[in-house]
Amino acid sequence: MARIELSRLAHSYQRRPDKAEDFALKPMDHVWEDGEAYALLGPSGCGKTTLLNIISGLLRPTSGHVLFDGRDVTDLPTEDRNIAQVFQFPVVYDTMTVYDNLAFPLRNRKISEHEIQNRVGEIAEMLDLVFCLKQRAGTLASDARQKISLGRGLVRTDVSAILFDEPLTVIDPHLKNSLRRKLEEIHRQSKLTLIYVTHDQTEALTFADKVVVMHEGEVVQVGTPQDLVEHPAHTFVGYFVGSPGMNFLSCDVDGNFAVVDGQRIRLADDTPSGAERAGDRWELGIRPEFLQLVFDRPKEGLQAKITNIEDFGSSKIVTAAAAGNTLRVRLAEEDEVRGELGWLVFPPERSLLYRNARLFREPTGRRQ
Amino acid sequence: MPLVFDNISKTVGGEIHIHPTDFRLAPGSFNTLLGRAGAGKTTLLRLMAGLDRPSGGHIFVRDRDVTKMPVRRRNVAMVYQEFVNYPNFTVFDNIASPLKVAGIERREIDRRVRKVAEMIHLEDYLHRLPAELSGGQQQRVALARALVKDADLLLLDEPLANLDFKLREELRLELRNVLTRSNAIVVYATAEPQEALALGGNTIIVDEGRVLQQGPAAGVYRQPGSVRTAQLVGDPPMNVVAGRIANAAIQLGEGNPVAVPEHLRALPEGSYLFGVRPNHVLMKRCNSSDIEIRTRVDLAEISGSETSIHFDHGGSSWVSRLDGVRPLGVDEPISVYIEPQRVFAFDPRGALIAAPDQPTVGWST
Repeated sequence: MARIELSRLAHSYQRRPDKAEDFALKPMDHVWEDGEAYALLGPSGCGKTTLLNIISGLLRPTSGHVLFDGRDVTDLPTEDRNIAQVFQFPVVYDTMTVYDNLAFPLRNRKISEHEIQNRVGEIAEMLDLVFCLKQRAGTLASDARQKISLGRGLVRTDVSAILFDEPLTVIDPHLKNSLRRKLEEIHRQSKLTLIYVTHDQTEALTFADKVVVMHEGEVVQVGTPQDLVEHPAHTFVGYFVGSPGMNFLSCDVDGNFAVVDGQRIRLADDTPSGAERAGDRWELGIRPEFLQLVFDRPKEGLQAKITNIEDFGSSKIVTAAAAGNTLRVRLAEEDEVRGELGWLVFPPERSLLYRNARLFREPTGRRQ
Repeated sequence: MPLVFDNISKTVGGEIHIHPTDFRLAPGSFNTLLGRAGAGKTTLLRLMAGLDRPSGGHIFVRDRDVTKMPVRRRNVAMVYQEFVNYPNFTVFDNIASPLKVAGIERREIDRRVRKVAEMIHLEDYLHRLPAELSGGQQQRVALARALVKDADLLLLDEPLANLDFKLREELRLELRNVLTRSNAIVVYATAEPQEALALGGNTIIVDEGRVLQQGPAAGVYRQPGSVRTAQLVGDPPMNVVAGRIANAAIQLGEGNPVAVPEHLRALPEGSYLFGVRPNHVLMKRCNSSDIEIRTRVDLAEISGSETSIHFDHGGSSWVSRLDGVRPLGVDEPISVYIEPQRVFAFDPRGALIAAPDQPTVGWST
């Protein structure tokens, strides 16, 4: 178990990078605390696999350092970093039995055969592999083979960290939840540092204590699932997490109002004076589930024309045009859409202000 | 022109892929085929297209028997899950290809390609090669090629399945608008209940080679004819547990008995299967008459701003779908509550007996 620190880390796949866009990973500092379960979330091409490969030692960064418990391991190969890895596709020895596959990472480590037997038994029990311990791995279906792969990653208790790269992609949807539960149990028991890479928000939010969101080679937010939903630190997080994503409206700022297409929307508290700078790009962000649609004229709100309703049975997503923008509103099953024209109401405590794509301040007045 | 399946079946090597099936798709209608992997969706699409011959029965188009007519002579367009484009043709030439094959005049081709390209936002990419496009744009090209033909029948086999989640969300709405405007009979196969519901139209539920039910998507959701349909048309699937009605009280699995709600009053005493949608299993009590179930968390699955709490109820796996992020730990003890007026009743063999009163159905575009 280890605390993993990335110091002024950057990476480019080009030989002489000079522009920001030449970097797959832009300069960053980040700490993975000992014993926490992290998800590394982002779309394909955001740099998450590059980052994982640098931590595991498969890739040497262009600049910066990787420290495990304060020790610089930047130049150490994977095998000297004492980490376990689980990949997207099963990595197993087909001709070996399931037992030998699971025991493999423990052998040559001066661990007694008795202890190996105990540990393999525990892992096999946890992953429901007991019934096939004597079978050859090659004879099993891909689900079971991926479980062996997971087991090989989890079998050692002395590793610095376990890195998972989209490990449940090939798993049948019905089995996914039972494996997610196993991972949570394992984390609770072992308190290992876990880093789980995925592009799937459900996978990330379900697995992690803290989610690290990446976008175009940068970490744009590190937060709990609740932080990501309620206070996205960057417009990308608002868009990427949640379904549909957050609504963003281009705006100007005037005191504690956002001005959208000439219409004023009240914010929770005063904008600090001197916040406006020439060239800044302001946006008002609100999630579809916090935006309200009403049909009796409210005290404050934007008049909206409803252009579409998607009825999901348990909820409805309404698309509405207002103040030159297209917005999505989530309604409950019972909520009625009474006509084609309505008003959108922005609860001030849920209406967030973004400057140049970054959360400017929280409605509590805490400034970012 | 309607498309009619009259007693169509398909057997491959002695194995039944499609049991005898009848349905009629109205001219210009928008239909979804909803079923899990292996249910028979692709087989049905291939039979409609004429790519495969049925083992029994007849297919009629415009009251003409087309059962033996080869696919070339039918006016059909198809979009697949994989992005199928000509890699060395530009986007323009990809879209134009079916029109060129049909020998249509150049100026007319140009007009139709540009019209379709504009409709699905490809007008700025007409000179690019498919490899220079994102996955979403590549699938738009395949779709444009299918639309430009003005086919009588437009078949889409899980066209968004290979796209990432965010793109799917965006394209789904756009597709619905484009496809419902088309004059063709559109049949859209999907494995995702949310997609079928969001697309709307006429939904055909397919399971193990059988059509279980068909009708407007929201109608099938609110009046599923059987437990199986109820589970296939929801995500997460409807929760089901055995229970009984006795002495004017209803009991679901391990829940406490409560007074029988209005919509189930006419039911005789006895054993039933009861169903509850996951969004009607709550973590707070709304009324003193609510059914309470004490259990433990199997897993709290958080997706965006919703949490699905999985738990065991009477040996079945149940889900409570809640708004907001609820980070509950594995094995944490919880109580969940159900309003009795939300309960579906099925007979022990799974046929629907009574559904809850319908919520107000919204105005729709």
